Parts: sequence; C-alpha cells; structure tokens
Amino acid sequence: MNVIHRIWKFYYDGFRSMTLGRTLWTIILVKLFIIFAVLKVFFFPNYIKEHATEGQEAEFVSEKLKVDNP
Amino acid sequence: MINLLNTDLAMVDWARAQFALTAIYHWLFVPLTLGLAVVMGIMETLYYRTGSEFWKQTAKFWQRLFGINFAMGVATGIILEFEFGTNWSNYSYLVGDIFGAPLAIEGIVAFFMESTFVAVMFFGWNKVSKGFHLASTWLTGLGATLSAWWILVANSWMQHPVGQAFNPETVRNEMTSFAEVALSPVAVDKFIHTVLSAWVLGAVFVVGVSSWYLLKRRHTEFATKSLRVGAIFGLVSSALIMLSGHHSAYTVAQTQPMKLAAMEALYKGGNDQPLTIIAGINPFEQPDYEATDEPPLKLAVPYALSFLATNDMNGYVPGIRDILDGYTKADGTIELPLSEKIERGRCAINALQEYRKAKAEGAGEETLNELKEKVQENMPFFGYGYVKDRAQVVPYIPVCFYAFRVMVGGGCLFILLFLLSLWKPKPWTYWFAVLCIPVSYIVSEAGWLVAEFGRQPWTIQDMLPTWVGVSELGSSAVMLTFFLFLILFTTLLTVEINIMCKTIKKGPKL
Repeated sequence: MNVIHRIWKFYYDGFRSMTLGRTLWTIILVKLFIIFAVLKVFFFPNYIKEHATEGQEAEFVSEKLKVDNP
Repeated sequence: MINLLNTDLAMVDWARAQFALTAIYHWLFVPLTLGLAVVMGIMETLYYRTGSEFWKQTAKFWQRLFGINFAMGVATGIILEFEFGTNWSNYSYLVGDIFGAPLAIEGIVAFFMESTFVAVMFFGWNKVSKGFHLASTWLTGLGATLSAWWILVANSWMQHPVGQAFNPETVRNEMTSFAEVALSPVAVDKFIHTVLSAWVLGAVFVVGVSSWYLLKRRHTEFATKSLRVGAIFGLVSSALIMLSGHHSAYTVAQTQPMKLAAMEALYKGGNDQPLTIIAGINPFEQPDYEATDEPPLKLAVPYALSFLATNDMNGYVPGIRDILDGYTKADGTIELPLSEKIERGRCAINALQEYRKAKAEGAGEETLNELKEKVQENMPFFGYGYVKDRAQVVPYIPVCFYAFRVMVGGGCLFILLFLLSLWKPKPWTYWFAVLCIPVSYIVSEAGWLVAEFGRQPWTIQDMLPTWVGVSELGSSAVMLTFFLFLILFTTLLTVEINIMCKTIKKGPKL
C-alpha cells in the first residue's frame, strides 16, 4: 500500500509541478480527441466491416481479388 | 465480376498521397526523438560521472526539447493504421495476421516502457537516485528505439515478405515463423540504417542549436560543450551509417533489384558496373529505359556499383531491361522474365478462385490440397497476375534517382559539418550548422522516398500491387481527408516549431 501511495504521489506531484508540460498535455489531449473522436469515427470506418457480411470477410476480399481476364 | 484493372486510378493516387503525407509528417518527429534520446543519455551520463550541476542542467535542457518533440509526435503514427483499414482494406485484410503481432508489441512496449521511464525522467529529478534516473533516461531512448524496430519489421515485411504462407481458405498471408519476420535481413538492415540516420539528424540538431547560441554569444560554455558532444556523436553515427548503407544496398540488390536499378537509372546492366554520381535525368518524366542504355551526361565511379551491390568489383548488376526480360543470378538461379511472372501470377489468382469454388461445392480433400498447392507454389508471383504491361512494374525513376543522391549527398555534407564544428569552428560554420537543421529533415525524408518509391508498384513486394490493395472508395472521400490532414498537420507543426523556438530562445537554466 505504501508503495502504491508513493507511486501515486510521485505522479501527482510531477503533474502538479509541470509548467511547459501543461501546454504539451493540452496539445496531446486535443490531438487524441481529434484523432479518435473525430477522424476515426467520422472519416475512417473499417471498410471491410462496413461492406462485408459478418463471417464472410474472406469471401468478400476473394471477390475483390478476381480479374476478368487472368 | 469486379475488374480491378479498371479501378479509379485517382483513388489509388490519392490514397498513396495521403499515406505519404501522414508518413512524412510522422517521420518529422521520430528521428529527432531517437537522436535526442542518445544525446540526453550522454549528457546525463556525464552528470552521473562528474556530479557537475552544469551537465545536469545541460541534460535537462536537451530532455526538455526531447519532451516537446515527443509530445507533438505522439499518436501521429496511429493515423496510418486508420488508413490501412479504410483506404487499403484488401491489403489490410491480406496482411492482418502478419502485422498484428509486431504492431501490438510496438503498442505495448511503447505504452509501458515509455510512459514509465519518461515519467521518471521528467518527474524524478531529486526524487529517485541518480543511477535510477540515468537508467530511466537511457531506457526511455531504448523504448523509443524498440518501438521503431517493430514498425520497421512491419515495413520490411512488405518489402521482403518472409516467414509466411498464403492460406486460400482465409485469403490471408499467415505467419509461419515469427523469427523470420522479425529478423529478416531486410528488417535488420532497415532498422540499423534508419536508427543511425535518426542519430545523425539528432546530432545535426544539437550542433545547429548549439551553433545558434554561439552566434548569439549566449550560454557559450553550454553551447561549446554541447556542440562537441553533438559533433562527435554525429561523426560516429556517420561512420556507422556508411557501413550500414553499404550493407543495405547489398540487401536491396538481392531482394529488390528493380529498386536498385531505378535508384541508379541503370537501364541495361552487366558486370563491372560504375556508380552514377549524377546524370541528366528529367525530374518530370519517366526516362525511356527501353530504347536507351544509359542516361545522358552520366558521371560515374568505375566498378563502385558492382562492389556496392555484390561485394565484388566485377559483380553482375541487372538493369531495368534485364529484370523485365529475365537474367541469371550470381548463384545460378534464374530470375524469370516478366511475361512468365504474369503467367504464374494469373495461375495463382485462378487457382485461388477455383479453390474457393471447390470448397463451397464440397470438393474432396485431395482436390482442395492440389489447388492449395497450386496457389502457394505461384503465390510469390500473385501480384504479377494484375500487371498488363512492362511499364507498370517500373518505379518512377527520377524520384528514386534524385532522392538517393540527396540522401547520400546530405550524409556527406553532415560529415563535413561535424568535422568543421570540431576542428575549425567559425561564425560561418555556425551559420552552416543552423542551416543544416532543415536540410537534415529533407535528407531523412529522402531516404524514405528511395525506400518507398523504389518498391512501387508493390504494397507487398511481387504479391500485391497498389491498385489491388486499395479499397473501392471514391477519390473525393480520400481527397477530403487528405486536405483535413494537411491542415491538421500544418497546424501541429507550426505549434511545435513555435514551442521549440521559444524553449531554445529561453535556453538552459545555467
């Protein structure tokens, strides 16, 4: 328990005493929000999950690999 | 039936452009992280050994710049994985089993090693022992370097797909040997060469920033000593990178001869090949490699290409036409002509479809095994089944040719910079050092241009061309996210440069 408390205090004191780190953490959090909550959700769906029937992904990709005149 | 040969080419181009934009942007952060990791480790080791407050503050200053760069670069690489799933779904599905392991390891290593030791490095001054702090600083660098290893393993597998077998039932390349994937000669070479190039960039950055202080006559002792550490580190890294560069060229010659031929604009190969220093190649047009034997105004070092590619001054190096027409390798094996590779590729594609049809119709084990064998036997040529003409398998020569020369020329320029900074530091060399900071980024990105343009048209070497790996999306969707990224990345980069410059102007707390 003492060790856990010391680790927690180590991080707590570290974060509290940050100066430049506060700006950097703000940038990191804004960036992560944009990447995961905006880009991933609205612009980067999983193409195969969206277009293939569940369990039929192999068939779906196999169809894509066909050519007319091999 | 869907015909991938009619895929909207604009979509392929936009998806490639978007991937390139994201990777180029991501790579603006990675090399400085890897390079500064060693520099701050050296500075703190000097503090550990001398107990001098000067070295402590010096180490803290470079750690601060490392921290800014690290924070700005965090998660920029994850966007590449999003692009795999959306823009490159066929490719992503095919390689999922191979990529899963190294990328998962990278994520776990990066998270646990870096989040633990970065915290100790920044929060632990005066809270943990000097030895533990020093170990944390070095382990932060080691964690970042190990992360790079796994990403480079994934990239190398695309350039040289080993340790896998294609399973027609799952339509996936499945890993058969983790060791072969993780320790393939291409992965080892790429890791060493890439990390060393990052060290050189880090050294140029340290020398450049220190030179700026010397020009401004500020923090003179700090700048002089940092400059010496940076220049020595840069010289050692440069010496090592020459060795790794030679070995990389040898490996490329064995595994991706077309890339080497494009880098050298070698249209017709042979024995005793010279290494081109420069030639008159139009940067905006693919040269006529079918009708000419060599580019005009070629200035070359005799025998050097043969030595680079084969470790033998008289060794045989195939040119573009030789590779297209087929040739005999040094070990006596035959490199098949393109026409035969196309035949075998089509055979693999047909066999895959036959296998799946037979499986659906409940064919017997013997029939299925025969078809599976046929697929696997011809799988190394699978991608050629989608090729219609010779031009499709030749990378864009001007980019490969000039990017290679920018990379090598830049490397030589930095050696000169390190030597001048050590032995003849003068105000003009300080200016030279400051100017070399942006140049080092161009040189570093040029290295990646050689690696990635040189392997075109393959997303997986010989197995999957770009136009088959791509999703059937409209190009407008990809264009939109391309410009979104451009705005996002430019904003983030501007913010980083701004914070970095402010921190440098503030200087160390001495």
